[in-house]
Amino acid sequence: MIQVNNLNKFFGEKQVLHDISITYKPGECSLIIGASGSGKTVFLKSLVGLLTPDSGEIWYGKIQFNALSFKEQRSIRKEIGMLFQGSALFDFATVEENVRFPMDFFTTWSDKEKLDRVNFCLERVNLKNVNKLFPNELSGGMQKRVGIARAIALNPKYLFCDEPNSGLDPHTSILIDQLISEITKEYNITTVVNTHDMNSVMEIGDTVGFIHQGKLVWEGNKDNILTSDCEELNNFVFASNMAKKMKEMMG
Amino acid sequence: MKKSLELIGQYFILMKVVFSAPDKKRIFWKQFFIDAEKLVLNSIPIVAVISVFIGAVLVIQTAYNIESPLIPKMYVGYMTRESLILEFCSTMIALILAGKVGSNISSEIGSMRISEQIDAMEMMGINSANYLILPKIAAATILNPLLMLMSFVLGLFGGAMIINFTGIITMGQYTEGLQYAFRFYYFVYSMIKMATFSFLITSISSFYGYYAADGSLGVGRSSTKAIVVSSVSILIANLVITQLMLN
Repeated sequence: MIQVNNLNKFFGEKQVLHDISITYKPGECSLIIGASGSGKTVFLKSLVGLLTPDSGEIWYGKIQFNALSFKEQRSIRKEIGMLFQGSALFDFATVEENVRFPMDFFTTWSDKEKLDRVNFCLERVNLKNVNKLFPNELSGGMQKRVGIARAIALNPKYLFCDEPNSGLDPHTSILIDQLISEITKEYNITTVVNTHDMNSVMEIGDTVGFIHQGKLVWEGNKDNILTSDCEELNNFVFASNMAKKMKEMMG
Repeated sequence: MKKSLELIGQYFILMKVVFSAPDKKRIFWKQFFIDAEKLVLNSIPIVAVISVFIGAVLVIQTAYNIESPLIPKMYVGYMTRESLILEFCSTMIALILAGKVGSNISSEIGSMRISEQIDAMEMMGINSANYLILPKIAAATILNPLLMLMSFVLGLFGGAMIINFTGIITMGQYTEGLQYAFRFYYFVYSMIKMATFSFLITSISSFYGYYAADGSLGVGRSSTKAIVVSSVSILIANLVITQLMLN
């Protein structure tokens, strides 16, 4: 479980996160949604320690993550997998080396064990015969899958996904969403997904938090998001004319 | 001024992180050899070509300037050797490497920064600065002095080649000059200079790459800054080392 208490983050004078408190549970796909520039990526990066919050607490289980030094955070980081917006695959390494990368650093497994684990992870994300390819030889969807395979390489307890669907066609987006959801349930992972894609929300949003101008203004799930009274959320969800008309039709 | 001081401070803070013990020695050595190939071995062709030509030009210029019959012709060999070992093989080669290797390092690390690859490493708990930068600094600082020796030998060979083609002086006069008043200390001086310059090139270029921002334009800018700052640092370091070791 991840518990966030009163998280604040400033860039210079500008406050980008305002007192955010939220809880994420294992086995659930928790989505953070919000418009571009609302602060959701800053929030996600603060959660994983890539940015340091100015105040507030981030608890991974019983450990306050943001009170630890970089070295001390290592034990928690081994349990975290992250899928980046642009996949962030190492372009100097093949697919196999990318997935093996965290194993090389944090395990004492033999080469055979590592290869078995690499193949297992790649098969889990429905990729075969790509071990020796480099990231630039893969499509966007395949890169995301390799990113997920790398993220689950060390059997993480926590999975973070930053805009997993950006740059993907609708069909591939749904496949990636389903994959994230399946992995979350299968391994009982605490998953936090950062997105502005409403299809993802309706597909996998076990819980949803809406961030508006750095504030968490609404919490719910995919079942009650369309009937919310929150004005900012409605402006975000029903942004297009078609969506507005559908809402009118729904009454 | 304040910004420059901040940059210098940021550089030293990064170096502190870089010079921590590697996470896994096996991975460090693997990277060391990869970087040795990329930064040193791949520089051999350009260094070789330039050294041969400069050696040849030095012989022609020196011979042209020694017109007096009172000055022995063997001084052409002597002057060529001294020019190569004292300045050309270390400082000039380092300036060339600042362009070639410096831009390579800063753009490679900068691209990794803007495509979140460095974030991905940090996320895993890997000391990205140590993993990416230390092997580069170590490989260049340890191996580039050997590149300097190679440059020296090829420079002398270039001189010999032009003498063979033009007969500007005799080969005997040239080799006599090469052996005249030989000081091994100059090799030590030159190798220390090259090691220092290599450290500056790799660390400064890595620094600018590591803190690249603002997309591909930012990577381009950091690459340019890396070359300019490395080159100026080389010139300053050259002055300081020369004052300390030859005065």
